[in-house]
Amino acid sequence: MSASVVTICSGKGGVGKTTTTANLAVALALTGKKVVCIDGDIGLRNLDVVLGLENRIVYDLVDVIEGRCRLRQAMIRDKRLPELYLIPAAQTRDKSAVSPSDMVRLCDELRQDCDWILIDSPAGIERGFRNAIAPADTVIVVTNPEVSAVRDADRIIGIVEAEEKGPARLVINRVNPGMVKRGDMLTAEDVLELLAIELIGIVPEDENVIISTNRGQPIALDGKTRAGMAFNNIARRLQGEKVPFLDLEQKDGFFHRISRIFKPAGEV
Amino acid sequence: MPDWLDRLFGKETTSANQAKDRLKLVLINDRTDLSPHEMEIMKNELIEVIARHVDIDPDAVHISMTQEGREQRLVADIPIRPVKRRGGRTK
Ligand SMILES: Nc1ncnc2c1ncn2[C@@H]1O[C@H](COP(=O)(O)OP(=O)(O)OP(=O)(O)O)[C@@H](O)[C@H]1O
Ligand SMILES: [Mg+2]
Repeated sequence: MSASVVTICSGKGGVGKTTTTANLAVALALTGKKVVCIDGDIGLRNLDVVLGLENRIVYDLVDVIEGRCRLRQAMIRDKRLPELYLIPAAQTRDKSAVSPSDMVRLCDELRQDCDWILIDSPAGIERGFRNAIAPADTVIVVTNPEVSAVRDADRIIGIVEAEEKGPARLVINRVNPGMVKRGDMLTAEDVLELLAIELIGIVPEDENVIISTNRGQPIALDGKTRAGMAFNNIARRLQGEKVPFLDLEQKDGFFHRISRIFKPAGEV
Repeated sequence: MPDWLDRLFGKETTSANQAKDRLKLVLINDRTDLSPHEMEIMKNELIEVIARHVDIDPDAVHISMTQEGREQRLVADIPIRPVKRRGGRTK
């Protein structure tokens, strides 16, 4: 076994990195894969509550790095799924407690015995983000169809490319089909044209995300909701499957035109 | 299609269209680290240099930024005035 390391980042805060990480982890684990997710947001730990594992934390990422416990001891197993583990962030420390090479070393140790390692990056382009992308084989950039989120995503994509971790893959989260329909929200096609990277998922705005997060039951466990389905589809695409995108009632038949976007300029 | 053409054909300026147009420009500035003001200065300098060597109409010069994938490309369209044919005499 040699795991693939996937880092989920965004630049702008609050666009859905933690939600995406938790749900991708669950969706991958549902397909029988062994998944370890790491909360890279030191000082602002959240992946634990989104996964519903907050009551089981004993050791954290910084404890592992500073040698206070063995890696195994900091891995919390999710009892709902056969092989899903969380390494929580430290809550009382800051990002300087971890370095990019610490993260590379940690992931190299983990790679041996799991299939996927997912890292939830903090917002911003500082140390915490650098730590999160250092061990990445694949970077997923999450954005919302909204000006500042798209702009920040573009910055992140540029940095990821410069660090030779690219090309990043894009998740467009919180698409509101009603707003798109009346022309008050960028379409997924618009965002894709602006950012010009490969799309890996479109997740609708769905109040079930908040409800399931309230309960600590990631929505991917419920494949019947639209958001749950979207996250499960991302997990399948990550594993190399070709899965059609959900029809979110995009303008001008987006899903039929999606393949044309990457043709030379002037054709769009 | 240029936006003015869209408008000509009755495509309204929805807030989403505005967001897209604004983002296009912002991303060019972010990616190239070139503000619209600096772009204007560069354009004028370019025209100045080229005009030293060939006869051009500065008003017909069109310099724009295009995007190909994530690559920005500066495209200059500079029509050159035809050389005036010398009639009979040299100089
Ligand atoms: N598709 C969605 N539909 C509805 N709500 C969503 C969706 N995705 C995320 N949210 C909500 O948006 C909020 C922010 O999400 P999340 O915490 O995952 O963002 P983040 O990028 O990790 O934020 P931070 O930058 O603070 O780490 C949460 O309340 C979450 O429940
Ligand atoms: Mg988060």
